[in-house]
Amino acid sequence: MILAACDGSQSALDPGGPDAHAIALLSQWMFAAGAFVFVVTVGMLLVAVSLGRTGARQLSFRRSAIVVLIGGVAAPIVAIVAVAASGALIGDETEGAQGPEGPEIVVAGRMWWWEFRYLDDDGEVIAVTANELHLPVGERARLRLVSDNVIHSFWAPNLQGKTDLIPGVENVLFFQPDAPGTWRAQCAEFCGLQHGLMGGLVIAEPRAEYDAWLAGQAADAAVTEGPGFDAFMDLGCGECHTIRGTAAAGEAGPDLTHLASRRTLAAATLPNTPGNLGGWITDTHSVKPGAKMPASVPKPERLHALIRFLGALE
Amino acid sequence: MSRATLDLRGREDEASREELEQIERVWRSPPGFLGWFTHVNHTNIGRRFIVTSLVFFLLSGVLGLLMRWQLSGPLNDFLDPDTYNRIMTVHGTAMMFLFAIPAMEGVAIYIAPLMIGARDMAFPRLNAFGYYVYLIGGTIFFLSLPLGLAPAAGWFSYVPLSGPEFARDYGVDIWTTMITFIEVSALTAAVELIVTILKLRAPGMSLNRMPIFVWAILVTAFMIIFAMPSVIVASSLLMMDRLIDTQFFNVDAGGSALLWQHLFWFFGHPEVYIILLPALGIVSAVIVTFTQRPLFGYTALVLALVGVGMVSFGLWVHHMYTTGLPLLGRTFFMAASAMIAIPSGVQIYCWIVTLWGARIRWATPMLWVLGFFAIFVLGGLTGVMVASVPFDRQVHDTYFVVAHFHYVLVGGAVFPLMAGLYYWFPKITGRMMSERLGRWSFALTFVGFNLTFFPMHQLGLIGMPRRVWTYLPERGWDWLNMLVTFGAFILAAGFALTAINAIRSALRGEAAGDNPWNAPTLEWATASPPLNCNFARQPAVEDDHPIWSWEDTGQRAVVGGLSTTRRETLVTTLLDARPQSVQVLPGPTPWPFVTAVITSVAFLGLIFSPWFFVIGVFSAFAGFVLWFWPRRPYREE
Repeated sequence: MILAACDGSQSALDPGGPDAHAIALLSQWMFAAGAFVFVVTVGMLLVAVSLGRTGARQLSFRRSAIVVLIGGVAAPIVAIVAVAASGALIGDETEGAQGPEGPEIVVAGRMWWWEFRYLDDDGEVIAVTANELHLPVGERARLRLVSDNVIHSFWAPNLQGKTDLIPGVENVLFFQPDAPGTWRAQCAEFCGLQHGLMGGLVIAEPRAEYDAWLAGQAADAAVTEGPGFDAFMDLGCGECHTIRGTAAAGEAGPDLTHLASRRTLAAATLPNTPGNLGGWITDTHSVKPGAKMPASVPKPERLHALIRFLGALE
Repeated sequence: MSRATLDLRGREDEASREELEQIERVWRSPPGFLGWFTHVNHTNIGRRFIVTSLVFFLLSGVLGLLMRWQLSGPLNDFLDPDTYNRIMTVHGTAMMFLFAIPAMEGVAIYIAPLMIGARDMAFPRLNAFGYYVYLIGGTIFFLSLPLGLAPAAGWFSYVPLSGPEFARDYGVDIWTTMITFIEVSALTAAVELIVTILKLRAPGMSLNRMPIFVWAILVTAFMIIFAMPSVIVASSLLMMDRLIDTQFFNVDAGGSALLWQHLFWFFGHPEVYIILLPALGIVSAVIVTFTQRPLFGYTALVLALVGVGMVSFGLWVHHMYTTGLPLLGRTFFMAASAMIAIPSGVQIYCWIVTLWGARIRWATPMLWVLGFFAIFVLGGLTGVMVASVPFDRQVHDTYFVVAHFHYVLVGGAVFPLMAGLYYWFPKITGRMMSERLGRWSFALTFVGFNLTFFPMHQLGLIGMPRRVWTYLPERGWDWLNMLVTFGAFILAAGFALTAINAIRSALRGEAAGDNPWNAPTLEWATASPPLNCNFARQPAVEDDHPIWSWEDTGQRAVVGGLSTTRRETLVTTLLDARPQSVQVLPGPTPWPFVTAVITSVAFLGLIFSPWFFVIGVFSAFAGFVLWFWPRRPYREE
């Protein structure tokens, strides 16, 4: 029943911002230099071992010493200086705050999904969402990385290198998309059973669209009652999930206030369709073995009401 | 010591034959099943280390195939995530702790004493103890998998995932106790090798005449002594966090999650070179023999080995570039990591100029060395790349890194180990391995290896993280993963051919003779397999290629005057190897085995009750008392 949520690229070779771009350029230089050194070294070796058949003599001590000094000392020193200098410069450029100031967002690693908390200028939370990070184009968003469980690592290779989310430590990461687009992010530090499918989306939009989106996310839920909501509470969903504007205020699972506005379910594993939602609720562990959410199998009419209710949470 | 005294072996007269028989009786290992547990001769212990580690290699390789089968296509359900994580953890842990280090130690324990002309190692009983510790600890660790008790937190066991809150079953307890325990065996081997190499060299083998392989082992042994305590401390702290509620790694109680990573990688990085250096030593030995030339740049090679050993302790933070440490600090480790390129480059180019124009004997060991060159150079180059902080922030914890370290560890260590296996097999068993099977095995392994691991570079760059039990379709990863899995089975077939070759050849290979490759070092100056006493008369050495000089001059110098009625070996001075005294070595004894069983029970019991610490201390003390019970005073007949 799994249908993967497949929009968006996840590749370090297809940069969508200045940071990933600088690193991709550095990579290409290093691959070219590496290929050159490989060809020269292995080429020398092949020449060396094939000369025996032609009756060539051993290199003189002086020539041998020169070869070893060039290949074994001089060339590596050039490489070390190049790697260290480029690494320090590009490291400073890609990890620093320099650039047009953007929003501040807390990224919390959970088992096994991402929580994004959008902060205002005073550091107060405006909106909470899950597995879908929205960013304004051209601004340098400041991501504060936290975890209260195990270590995760937030990695959206098209935009930036990864940084770990470590309990007891708060790391900072800057994201600066150049143009509107959708990319995938994934956890890169082994974090347990569902590490492999702990994905997310990063969506860059022009500032106006971003503002409108954020205002929508900050609002309370569009629907706060009805048979679907009753099913939600009766099944105990509210123990773990929050729907702002209702009595559902659990914090163990993702905030569902605007679930229907999200493109994916289950940490960017399934497209957000009513069918997938039903499957995720009733058969959670065949989609993601080990996921913390217990599967619930209500009567069909209650399930339909529940799915309709969740589908209305725009 | 007398020049031109012939070796006892090969002399026809009655007196010599009787003397040789007498010595061999003294050095004999008792036969039979019970006798097996009393062996102390380094050749027996070294052989056991090698065979046991190769068995673990094959088993861990099968685990690798299971993982590849699971990853051959997206959303495969051949393995569930829990099983996958356990298999992944055991694969990594066993390859590192149960295969790579013990295999290198085994080769060192078998070959190094012969190479320096000693009759045995300095502490034969400690050697036996180390082996039983490894055998018992390794077997228990591996059995945890079929018993469903295997750890699932990865071979690196990062806290908090491996801590009491998130790993609730016995898996990580087995990991911490057994890893700590097995490291004891690495430490005993290191102490043993250092003392043996520094004090028991044949007279005349000054440090600057020591074969490069022995130098590599010496440096490795020192590295083990400095690196292993760090992982022993780390795993002991974790053990205490889990078993007696200490809070070293508990963030809520003021502990630190990063402390584990520092301690683990302060061991973990030198560990890579602990595996690599003996392999480089093997490459040097094979190149000398198969070119019939001394190595170019002996001093440079020795300095390169020592340099790698030293620098390897200043690199551990490059495993932690993404943990948010300050950039300035990481820049320092970036330069230090890239610096490894100098000693590696020196070695590679010393070998190339040695090979330049040589008439090479293209037997199987030399093929593996050639394969090593290509793979190791590529792995080294990606190593310089991942040393770069920004680049590493993209590829860290992706399949690019999986590709990189398999290139370095399989290409850098397993290929030379295979070269060493084909090279020393005739010495160890007295029989040659099949060249035909050897060539096929090499070809399949080389092709299979590159098919398996080269595409992983690309997979990492296009976004595939490592340690994932499955992945979504349409990420562009599918066909590359299929190719990788296909390659893995070819690779496995390659290694399987060598396993078949080894078993067949051990049973009915062609007889090898003392020195089938016309090698210059002393392990070839005795019978194949070696005599119980290694050398009926210990050789004396006058240059760095003793066997070739003996052939040139037609005479060899040996040591006379050692007792024929007890186990004696010559002790020489540290630098110049001038005769200093005679060490009397102990004979067969069961106490190392008994003590190893006692300590394993104590370590295993610790999982269930801290009282086993107390029980272990006192019962191990009793074991040691019996072990060190004074021997009867020796009387000259």
